[in-house]
Amino acid sequence: MAVSLFYFFVYPGLLFMAVTGGLLSWYDRKITARVQFRKGPPLLQPFWDFLKLMLVKETILPRQGSRFVFLLAPVLALFGATMAGLFILLPLFNIETGFKGDIIVIFYLLTLPSFSYIIGSLASGNPIAAVGASREMKLIISYELTFLLVVAAVIMKSGQEFDLNSIIAVQQADKPFIGSISGVLLFIAGLFCIQAKLGLVPFDMSEAEAELASGIYIEYSGPPYAMIRLAKYIMLFILPAFIVALLMNGMTGGIGVLWLILKILALVLLVTLIRNTNPRLKIKQASSFFLIWMNLLVIIAIVLNAFGL
Amino acid sequence: MHSDYKTKIVGFKDFVFRKSLWVFHFGGASCNNCDIEILDCLTPRHDLERFGIMLVGSIRHADVLLVNGSINMRDRDRLLELYDQAPKPLLVVAIGACGCTGGIFAEGITFAGPVDKIIPVDAYIPGCPPKPEAIIAGVARLAGRKT
Ligand code: SF4
Repeated sequence: MAVSLFYFFVYPGLLFMAVTGGLLSWYDRKITARVQFRKGPPLLQPFWDFLKLMLVKETILPRQGSRFVFLLAPVLALFGATMAGLFILLPLFNIETGFKGDIIVIFYLLTLPSFSYIIGSLASGNPIAAVGASREMKLIISYELTFLLVVAAVIMKSGQEFDLNSIIAVQQADKPFIGSISGVLLFIAGLFCIQAKLGLVPFDMSEAEAELASGIYIEYSGPPYAMIRLAKYIMLFILPAFIVALLMNGMTGGIGVLWLILKILALVLLVTLIRNTNPRLKIKQASSFFLIWMNLLVIIAIVLNAFGL
Repeated sequence: MHSDYKTKIVGFKDFVFRKSLWVFHFGGASCNNCDIEILDCLTPRHDLERFGIMLVGSIRHADVLLVNGSINMRDRDRLLELYDQAPKPLLVVAIGACGCTGGIFAEGITFAGPVDKIIPVDAYIPGCPPKPEAIIAGVARLAGRKT
Protein backbone atom coordinates (compact mmCIF):
# COMPACT_ATOMS: atom_id res chain seq x y z
CA MET A 1 0.00 0.00 0.00
CA ALA A 2 2.62 2.49 1.11
CA VAL A 3 4.75 1.53 -1.88
CA SER A 4 1.85 2.07 -4.28
CA LEU A 5 1.14 5.48 -2.78
CA PHE A 6 4.81 6.38 -3.08
CA TYR A 7 4.75 5.25 -6.70
CA PHE A 8 1.63 7.30 -7.39
CA PHE A 9 2.53 10.55 -5.67
CA VAL A 10 6.31 10.79 -5.63
CA TYR A 11 8.40 8.58 -7.88
CA PRO A 12 7.71 7.98 -10.70
CA GLY A 13 4.30 9.51 -10.01
CA LEU A 14 2.83 12.97 -9.77
CA LEU A 15 5.76 14.88 -8.32
CA PHE A 16 8.47 13.40 -10.52
CA MET A 17 6.35 13.67 -13.66
CA ALA A 18 5.33 17.25 -12.87
CA VAL A 19 8.93 18.37 -12.35
CA THR A 20 10.23 16.57 -15.45
CA GLY A 21 7.26 17.71 -17.51
CA GLY A 22 7.78 21.30 -16.41
CA LEU A 23 11.43 21.16 -17.41
CA LEU A 24 10.47 19.63 -20.78
CA SER A 25 7.91 22.37 -21.26
CA TRP A 26 10.67 24.94 -20.69
CA TYR A 27 12.84 23.05 -23.20
CA ASP A 28 10.00 23.19 -25.72
CA ARG A 29 9.50 26.93 -25.23
CA LYS A 30 13.24 27.61 -25.33
CA ILE A 31 13.66 25.71 -28.60
CA THR A 32 10.70 27.61 -30.03
CA ALA A 33 12.37 30.86 -29.01
CA ARG A 34 15.70 29.85 -30.54
CA VAL A 35 13.97 28.86 -33.79
CA GLN A 36 12.50 32.37 -33.93
CA PHE A 37 15.84 34.00 -32.98
CA ARG A 38 14.56 35.04 -29.55
CA LYS A 39 16.10 34.58 -26.16
CA GLY A 40 13.28 32.63 -24.57
CA PRO A 41 11.93 32.22 -21.03
CA PRO A 42 14.02 31.45 -17.92
CA LEU A 43 14.41 27.84 -16.74
CA LEU A 44 11.79 27.89 -14.01
CA GLN A 45 9.14 29.69 -16.06
CA PRO A 46 6.66 26.75 -16.30
CA PHE A 47 6.75 26.40 -12.51
CA TRP A 48 6.15 30.13 -11.97
CA ASP A 49 3.19 29.90 -14.36
CA PHE A 50 1.77 26.95 -12.48
CA LEU A 51 2.31 28.47 -9.02
CA LYS A 52 0.82 31.78 -10.06
CA LEU A 53 -2.33 30.13 -11.38
CA MET A 54 -2.53 27.87 -8.33
CA LEU A 55 -1.83 30.35 -5.54
CA VAL A 56 -2.64 33.83 -6.72
CA LYS A 57 -5.41 33.85 -9.27
CA GLU A 58 -9.10 33.74 -8.54
CA THR A 59 -11.40 31.00 -9.91
CA ILE A 60 -14.35 32.15 -11.95
CA LEU A 61 -17.27 29.75 -12.30
CA PRO A 62 -19.75 29.91 -15.16
CA ARG A 63 -23.17 31.23 -14.19
CA GLN A 64 -24.91 29.00 -16.69
CA GLY A 65 -23.85 25.42 -17.15
CA SER A 66 -22.77 22.79 -14.69
CA ARG A 67 -20.24 24.03 -12.13
CA PHE A 68 -19.56 20.61 -10.66
CA VAL A 69 -18.61 19.06 -14.00
CA PHE A 70 -16.68 22.20 -14.92
CA LEU A 71 -14.51 21.76 -11.82
CA LEU A 72 -14.34 17.98 -12.02
CA ALA A 73 -12.91 17.94 -15.56
CA PRO A 74 -9.40 19.27 -14.72
CA VAL A 75 -9.12 16.82 -11.81
CA LEU A 76 -10.03 13.96 -14.14
CA ALA A 77 -7.54 15.17 -16.73
CA LEU A 78 -4.75 15.32 -14.17
CA PHE A 79 -5.71 11.90 -12.79
CA GLY A 80 -5.76 10.34 -16.25
CA ALA A 81 -2.38 11.79 -17.17
CA THR A 82 -0.78 10.71 -13.88
CA MET A 83 -2.24 7.22 -13.97
CA ALA A 84 -1.22 6.65 -17.60
CA GLY A 85 2.22 8.02 -16.78
CA LEU A 86 2.55 5.61 -13.90
CA PHE A 87 1.75 2.60 -16.08
CA ILE A 88 4.22 3.80 -18.71
CA LEU A 89 7.08 4.80 -16.43
CA LEU A 90 7.13 1.79 -14.11
CA PRO A 91 8.01 -0.67 -16.91
CA LEU A 92 10.24 1.95 -18.52
CA PHE A 93 12.32 2.18 -15.33
CA ASN A 94 12.42 -1.63 -15.17
CA ILE A 95 10.16 -1.85 -12.12
CA GLU A 96 8.19 -5.07 -12.39
CA THR A 97 4.43 -4.48 -12.14
CA GLY A 98 3.21 -7.99 -12.90
CA PHE A 99 0.22 -6.49 -14.72
CA LYS A 100 -0.47 -8.34 -17.98
CA GLY A 101 -2.33 -6.32 -20.57
CA ASP A 102 -1.42 -2.89 -19.19
CA ILE A 103 -0.90 -1.52 -22.70
CA ILE A 104 -4.67 -1.47 -23.25
CA VAL A 105 -5.24 0.37 -19.97
CA ILE A 106 -2.59 2.90 -20.96
CA PHE A 107 -4.29 3.41 -24.29
CA TYR A 108 -7.60 4.26 -22.60
CA LEU A 109 -6.07 6.38 -19.86
CA LEU A 110 -4.22 8.48 -22.41
CA THR A 111 -7.51 9.62 -23.94
CA LEU A 112 -8.89 10.65 -20.54
CA PRO A 113 -7.33 14.17 -20.57
CA SER A 114 -8.75 15.02 -24.00
CA PHE A 115 -12.15 13.69 -23.02
CA SER A 116 -12.25 15.64 -19.80
CA TYR A 117 -11.28 18.85 -21.62
CA ILE A 118 -14.26 18.27 -23.91
CA ILE A 119 -16.61 17.60 -20.98
CA GLY A 120 -15.33 20.61 -19.04
CA SER A 121 -15.56 23.02 -21.92
CA LEU A 122 -19.08 21.88 -22.79
CA ALA A 123 -20.05 22.26 -19.13
CA SER A 124 -18.96 25.89 -19.16
CA GLY A 125 -21.76 26.85 -21.53
CA ASN A 126 -19.52 29.10 -23.60
CA PRO A 127 -20.32 28.89 -27.34
CA ILE A 128 -16.67 29.33 -28.36
CA ALA A 129 -15.67 26.52 -26.01
CA ALA A 130 -18.35 24.39 -27.65
CA VAL A 131 -16.80 25.00 -31.07
CA GLY A 132 -13.40 24.00 -29.64
CA ALA A 133 -14.90 20.91 -28.05
CA SER A 134 -16.49 19.75 -31.28
CA ARG A 135 -13.16 20.18 -33.08
CA GLU A 136 -11.36 18.23 -30.36
CA MET A 137 -13.92 15.44 -30.70
CA LYS A 138 -13.37 15.17 -34.44
CA LEU A 139 -9.63 15.20 -33.89
CA ILE A 140 -9.85 12.36 -31.35
CA ILE A 141 -11.96 10.29 -33.76
CA SER A 142 -9.32 10.86 -36.45
CA TYR A 143 -6.11 10.03 -34.61
CA GLU A 144 -7.31 7.38 -32.19
CA LEU A 145 -7.61 4.67 -34.85
CA THR A 146 -4.09 5.37 -36.07
CA PHE A 147 -2.75 5.25 -32.54
CA LEU A 148 -4.54 1.97 -31.86
CA LEU A 149 -3.11 0.51 -35.08
CA VAL A 150 0.40 1.60 -34.04
CA VAL A 151 -0.02 -0.11 -30.68
CA ALA A 152 -1.44 -3.22 -32.38
CA ALA A 153 1.49 -3.34 -34.80
CA VAL A 154 3.93 -3.13 -31.90
CA ILE A 155 2.09 -5.98 -30.18
CA MET A 156 2.41 -8.04 -33.37
CA LYS A 157 6.09 -7.24 -33.66
CA SER A 158 6.76 -8.35 -30.10
CA GLY A 159 5.05 -11.70 -30.67
CA GLN A 160 1.66 -11.05 -29.01
CA GLU A 161 2.91 -9.53 -25.79
CA PHE A 162 0.30 -7.31 -24.14
CA ASP A 163 2.40 -5.73 -21.42
CA LEU A 164 5.06 -3.08 -21.68
CA ASN A 165 7.54 -5.01 -19.56
CA SER A 166 7.65 -7.88 -22.06
CA ILE A 167 7.65 -5.56 -25.07
CA ILE A 168 10.71 -3.79 -23.69
CA ALA A 169 12.31 -7.13 -22.78
CA VAL A 170 11.79 -8.45 -26.33
CA GLN A 171 13.46 -5.36 -27.77
CA GLN A 172 16.36 -5.49 -25.35
CA ALA A 173 16.96 -9.16 -26.11
CA ASP A 174 17.02 -8.58 -29.87
CA LYS A 175 17.15 -5.06 -31.33
CA PRO A 176 14.86 -2.01 -30.98
CA PHE A 177 11.79 -2.13 -33.21
CA ILE A 178 12.73 1.17 -34.82
CA GLY A 179 15.70 -0.59 -36.43
CA SER A 180 13.52 -2.02 -39.22
CA ILE A 181 11.58 -0.43 -42.09
CA SER A 182 8.19 -1.16 -40.55
CA GLY A 183 9.48 0.26 -37.25
CA VAL A 184 10.42 3.55 -38.93
CA LEU A 185 6.96 3.84 -40.51
CA LEU A 186 5.35 3.14 -37.13
CA PHE A 187 7.58 5.77 -35.54
CA ILE A 188 6.44 8.42 -38.03
CA ALA A 189 2.76 7.62 -37.49
CA GLY A 190 3.24 7.50 -33.71
CA LEU A 191 5.01 10.87 -33.73
CA PHE A 192 2.09 12.56 -35.50
CA CYS A 193 -0.33 10.89 -33.10
CA ILE A 194 1.43 12.29 -30.04
CA GLN A 195 1.56 15.69 -31.74
CA ALA A 196 -2.23 15.57 -32.06
CA LYS A 197 -2.65 14.23 -28.53
CA LEU A 198 -0.56 17.09 -27.16
CA GLY A 199 -2.63 19.58 -29.18
CA LEU A 200 0.46 21.19 -30.70
CA VAL A 201 0.47 23.32 -33.75
CA PRO A 202 -0.57 21.52 -36.87
CA PHE A 203 -3.32 19.98 -34.75
CA ASP A 204 -4.16 22.73 -32.27
CA MET A 205 -7.46 23.67 -33.89
CA SER A 206 -9.37 23.05 -30.67
CA GLU A 207 -7.27 25.68 -28.91
CA ALA A 208 -6.57 28.02 -31.83
CA GLU A 209 -5.82 31.17 -29.88
CA ALA A 210 -6.04 33.32 -33.01
CA GLU A 211 -9.60 32.35 -33.95
CA LEU A 212 -11.13 30.73 -30.88
CA ALA A 213 -9.22 32.58 -28.13
CA SER A 214 -7.97 29.40 -26.39
CA GLY A 215 -11.08 27.43 -27.43
CA ILE A 216 -11.69 24.61 -24.97
CA TYR A 217 -9.77 26.33 -22.15
CA ILE A 218 -11.42 29.73 -22.62
CA GLU A 219 -13.48 29.72 -19.41
CA TYR A 220 -10.84 28.23 -17.11
CA SER A 221 -8.99 30.48 -14.70
CA GLY A 222 -6.99 30.08 -11.51
CA PRO A 223 -6.41 26.65 -9.89
CA PRO A 224 -8.51 24.59 -12.38
CA TYR A 225 -6.47 26.04 -15.21
CA ALA A 226 -3.29 25.32 -13.25
CA MET A 227 -4.33 21.66 -13.13
CA ILE A 228 -4.90 21.66 -16.88
CA ARG A 229 -1.43 23.14 -17.39
CA LEU A 230 0.04 20.48 -15.12
CA ALA A 231 -1.74 17.72 -17.04
CA LYS A 232 -0.28 19.19 -20.23
CA TYR A 233 3.26 19.23 -18.76
CA ILE A 234 2.84 15.59 -17.74
CA MET A 235 1.54 14.60 -21.18
CA LEU A 236 4.55 16.28 -22.78
CA PHE A 237 6.73 13.90 -20.77
CA ILE A 238 4.84 10.61 -20.84
CA LEU A 239 3.82 10.49 -24.51
CA PRO A 240 7.43 10.59 -25.77
CA ALA A 241 8.26 8.11 -22.98
CA PHE A 242 5.53 5.81 -24.32
CA ILE A 243 7.01 5.94 -27.83
CA VAL A 244 10.44 5.20 -26.36
CA ALA A 245 9.01 2.17 -24.57
CA LEU A 246 7.11 0.92 -27.62
CA LEU A 247 9.71 1.37 -30.33
CA MET A 248 13.07 2.44 -28.94
CA ASN A 249 13.85 -0.32 -26.43
CA GLY A 250 13.21 1.60 -23.19
CA MET A 251 16.02 1.88 -20.69
CA THR A 252 18.98 -0.45 -20.36
CA GLY A 253 20.99 -0.50 -17.15
CA GLY A 254 23.87 1.78 -16.18
CA ILE A 255 24.62 4.36 -18.84
CA GLY A 256 21.14 3.59 -20.26
CA VAL A 257 19.65 6.36 -18.11
CA LEU A 258 21.56 8.90 -20.15
CA TRP A 259 20.36 7.29 -23.37
CA LEU A 260 16.79 7.40 -22.12
CA ILE A 261 17.07 11.11 -21.38
CA LEU A 262 18.62 11.75 -24.80
CA LYS A 263 15.88 9.78 -26.56
CA ILE A 264 13.12 11.71 -24.82
CA LEU A 265 14.84 15.04 -25.48
CA ALA A 266 15.24 14.12 -29.15
CA LEU A 267 11.56 13.19 -29.44
CA VAL A 268 10.43 16.44 -27.81
CA LEU A 269 12.81 18.30 -30.11
CA LEU A 270 11.17 16.67 -33.14
CA VAL A 271 7.70 17.54 -31.84
CA THR A 272 8.76 21.15 -31.22
CA LEU A 273 10.32 21.52 -34.65
CA ILE A 274 7.17 20.16 -36.31
CA ARG A 275 5.10 22.64 -34.36
CA ASN A 276 7.32 25.56 -35.29
CA THR A 277 7.53 24.88 -38.99
CA ASN A 278 3.90 24.12 -39.80
CA PRO A 279 0.70 26.17 -40.01
CA ARG A 280 -2.50 25.09 -38.31
CA LEU A 281 -4.57 22.64 -40.36
CA LYS A 282 -8.31 22.77 -40.83
CA ILE A 283 -10.13 19.99 -39.00
CA LYS A 284 -11.09 18.40 -42.33
CA GLN A 285 -7.45 18.30 -43.44
CA ALA A 286 -6.38 16.78 -40.12
CA SER A 287 -9.06 14.11 -40.40
CA SER A 288 -8.05 13.06 -43.90
CA PHE A 289 -4.39 13.22 -42.90
CA PHE A 290 -4.94 10.64 -40.17
CA LEU A 291 -7.81 8.59 -41.54
CA ILE A 292 -6.29 8.10 -45.00
CA TRP A 293 -2.56 8.71 -45.04
CA MET A 294 -1.41 7.75 -41.55
CA ASN A 295 -3.65 4.67 -41.48
CA LEU A 296 -2.27 3.66 -44.86
CA LEU A 297 1.25 4.09 -43.52
CA VAL A 298 0.57 1.90 -40.48
CA ILE A 299 -1.14 -0.78 -42.59
CA ILE A 300 1.89 -0.85 -44.91
CA ALA A 301 4.04 -1.24 -41.82
CA ILE A 302 1.92 -4.14 -40.59
CA VAL A 303 2.16 -5.87 -43.98
CA LEU A 304 5.92 -5.31 -44.10
CA ASN A 305 6.14 -6.73 -40.59
CA ALA A 306 4.35 -9.86 -41.75
CA PHE A 307 7.14 -10.31 -44.29
CA GLY A 308 9.69 -9.86 -41.53
CA LEU A 309 11.04 -6.46 -42.62
CA MET B 1 -8.15 55.43 -9.14
CA HIS B 2 -5.57 52.90 -8.02
CA SER B 3 -6.07 49.17 -7.62
CA ASP B 4 -5.57 47.54 -4.23
CA TYR B 5 -2.99 45.07 -5.58
CA LYS B 6 -0.20 46.25 -3.27
CA THR B 7 -2.09 45.72 -0.05
CA LYS B 8 -3.55 42.31 -0.96
CA ILE B 9 -0.81 40.37 -2.71
CA VAL B 10 2.43 40.19 -0.73
CA GLY B 11 5.44 37.94 -0.18
CA PHE B 12 5.78 34.75 -2.21
CA LYS B 13 2.48 35.29 -4.01
CA ASP B 14 3.66 38.68 -5.19
CA PHE B 15 6.95 37.11 -6.31
CA VAL B 16 5.39 34.38 -8.48
CA PHE B 17 2.78 36.75 -9.84
CA ARG B 18 5.45 39.12 -11.09
CA LYS B 19 7.44 36.23 -12.53
CA SER B 20 4.64 35.22 -14.85
CA LEU B 21 2.56 38.07 -16.22
CA TRP B 22 0.15 37.06 -18.96
CA VAL B 23 -1.00 39.95 -21.05
CA PHE B 24 -4.35 40.65 -22.66
CA HIS B 25 -4.54 43.51 -25.11
CA PHE B 26 -7.54 45.81 -25.35
CA GLY B 27 -7.48 48.34 -28.16
CA GLY B 28 -9.97 51.18 -27.75
CA ALA B 29 -10.66 53.73 -30.46
CA SER B 30 -6.97 53.75 -31.21
CA CYS B 31 -5.29 55.21 -34.28
CA ASN B 32 -3.71 51.74 -34.48
CA ASN B 33 -0.22 53.03 -33.91
CA CYS B 34 -0.02 51.94 -30.30
CA ASP B 35 -1.36 48.47 -31.21
CA ILE B 36 1.48 48.03 -33.68
CA GLU B 37 4.04 49.09 -31.08
CA ILE B 38 2.62 46.62 -28.54
CA LEU B 39 2.88 43.80 -31.06
CA ASP B 40 6.40 44.99 -31.71
CA CYS B 41 7.35 44.13 -28.12
CA LEU B 42 6.60 40.47 -28.80
CA THR B 43 8.74 40.24 -31.92
CA PRO B 44 12.14 38.49 -31.84
CA ARG B 45 14.00 41.79 -31.55
CA HIS B 46 12.40 42.78 -28.26
CA ASP B 47 11.10 39.40 -26.98
CA LEU B 48 8.99 39.94 -23.87
CA GLU B 49 8.93 36.20 -23.18
CA ARG B 50 12.32 36.45 -21.48
CA PHE B 51 10.49 38.15 -18.60
CA GLY B 52 7.87 35.39 -18.62
CA ILE B 53 5.35 37.62 -20.34
CA MET B 54 2.94 35.96 -22.75
CA LEU B 55 0.10 37.25 -24.87
CA VAL B 56 -3.05 35.24 -24.10
CA GLY B 57 -6.23 34.91 -26.11
CA SER B 58 -8.79 34.74 -23.31
CA ILE B 59 -9.38 37.37 -20.64
CA ARG B 60 -9.84 34.56 -18.10
CA HIS B 61 -6.12 33.82 -18.32
CA ALA B 62 -4.97 37.43 -18.15
CA ASP B 63 -2.90 39.02 -15.39
CA VAL B 64 -2.28 42.32 -17.12
CA LEU B 65 -4.76 44.29 -19.17
CA LEU B 66 -3.06 46.58 -21.66
CA VAL B 67 -5.38 49.40 -22.68
CA ASN B 68 -4.50 51.79 -25.46
CA GLY B 69 -6.35 54.27 -27.60
CA SER B 70 -8.92 56.83 -26.59
CA ILE B 71 -11.88 55.28 -24.81
CA ASN B 72 -15.16 56.46 -26.29
CA MET B 73 -18.65 55.82 -24.99
CA ARG B 74 -18.98 52.44 -26.68
CA ASP B 75 -15.56 51.26 -25.60
CA ARG B 76 -16.31 52.16 -22.01
CA ASP B 77 -18.96 49.43 -21.69
CA ARG B 78 -16.69 46.87 -23.32
CA LEU B 79 -13.77 47.82 -21.09
CA LEU B 80 -15.86 47.61 -17.92
CA GLU B 81 -17.20 44.21 -18.99
CA LEU B 82 -13.71 42.91 -19.70
CA TYR B 83 -12.49 44.18 -16.35
CA ASP B 84 -15.33 42.39 -14.57
CA GLN B 85 -14.71 39.17 -16.46
CA ALA B 86 -11.02 39.02 -15.58
CA PRO B 87 -9.90 36.93 -12.59
CA LYS B 88 -8.36 39.16 -9.94
CA PRO B 89 -5.66 40.23 -9.12
CA LEU B 90 -5.37 42.12 -12.35
CA LEU B 91 -2.91 44.85 -13.24
CA VAL B 92 -4.01 47.50 -15.73
CA VAL B 93 -1.56 49.41 -17.90
CA ALA B 94 -2.64 52.48 -19.83
CA ILE B 95 -0.54 52.91 -22.94
CA GLY B 96 -0.03 56.01 -25.04
CA ALA B 97 -1.13 59.58 -24.64
CA CYS B 98 -4.69 58.49 -25.44
CA GLY B 99 -4.79 55.87 -22.70
CA CYS B 100 -3.14 58.06 -20.07
CA THR B 101 -4.92 61.37 -20.59
CA GLY B 102 -6.98 61.27 -23.76
CA GLY B 103 -4.31 62.93 -25.86
CA ILE B 104 -5.60 64.78 -28.88
CA PHE B 105 -9.04 63.23 -28.46
CA ALA B 106 -9.55 64.49 -24.91
CA GLU B 107 -12.09 67.10 -25.97
CA GLY B 108 -13.96 64.99 -28.52
CA ILE B 109 -17.72 64.72 -28.07
CA THR B 110 -17.73 60.91 -27.76
CA PHE B 111 -14.72 60.74 -25.44
CA ALA B 112 -15.47 58.85 -22.22
CA GLY B 113 -11.98 58.28 -20.80
CA PRO B 114 -9.22 58.52 -19.84
CA VAL B 115 -8.78 54.92 -18.71
CA ASP B 116 -8.25 55.69 -15.03
CA LYS B 117 -11.66 57.33 -14.83
CA ILE B 118 -13.24 53.98 -15.71
CA ILE B 119 -11.08 51.26 -14.11
CA PRO B 120 -8.11 51.37 -11.68
CA VAL B 121 -4.78 51.76 -13.47
CA ASP B 122 -1.44 50.51 -12.10
CA ALA B 123 0.99 51.89 -14.65
CA TYR B 124 1.05 54.63 -17.26
CA ILE B 125 3.26 54.53 -20.32
CA PRO B 126 3.07 57.89 -22.09
CA GLY B 127 4.10 58.61 -25.66
CA CYS B 128 2.32 58.98 -28.96
CA PRO B 129 3.00 56.16 -29.62
CA PRO B 130 5.46 55.03 -26.91
CA LYS B 131 8.54 53.31 -28.25
CA PRO B 132 8.66 49.53 -27.71
CA GLU B 133 11.60 50.16 -25.38
CA ALA B 134 9.41 52.42 -23.26
CA ILE B 135 6.66 49.80 -23.11
CA ILE B 136 9.19 47.12 -22.13
CA ALA B 137 10.65 49.42 -19.46
CA GLY B 138 7.17 49.99 -18.03
CA VAL B 139 6.20 46.33 -18.08
CA ALA B 140 9.56 45.20 -16.71
CA ARG B 141 9.11 47.60 -13.83
CA LEU B 142 5.73 46.00 -13.22
CA ALA B 143 7.49 42.65 -13.24
CA GLY B 144 9.68 44.00 -10.44
CA ARG B 145 12.95 44.48 -12.32
CA LYS B 146 15.26 47.43 -12.07
CA THR B 147 15.43 49.26 -15.37
S1 SF4 C 1 -1.43 57.64 -28.18
FE1 SF4 C 1 -1.00 58.41 -30.21
S2 SF4 C 1 -0.29 56.62 -31.31
FE2 SF4 C 1 -1.36 55.87 -29.52
S3 SF4 C 1 -3.45 55.53 -30.16
FE3 SF4 C 1 -3.35 57.61 -29.34
S4 SF4 C 1 -2.99 58.93 -31.10
FE4 SF4 C 1 -2.50 56.83 -31.72
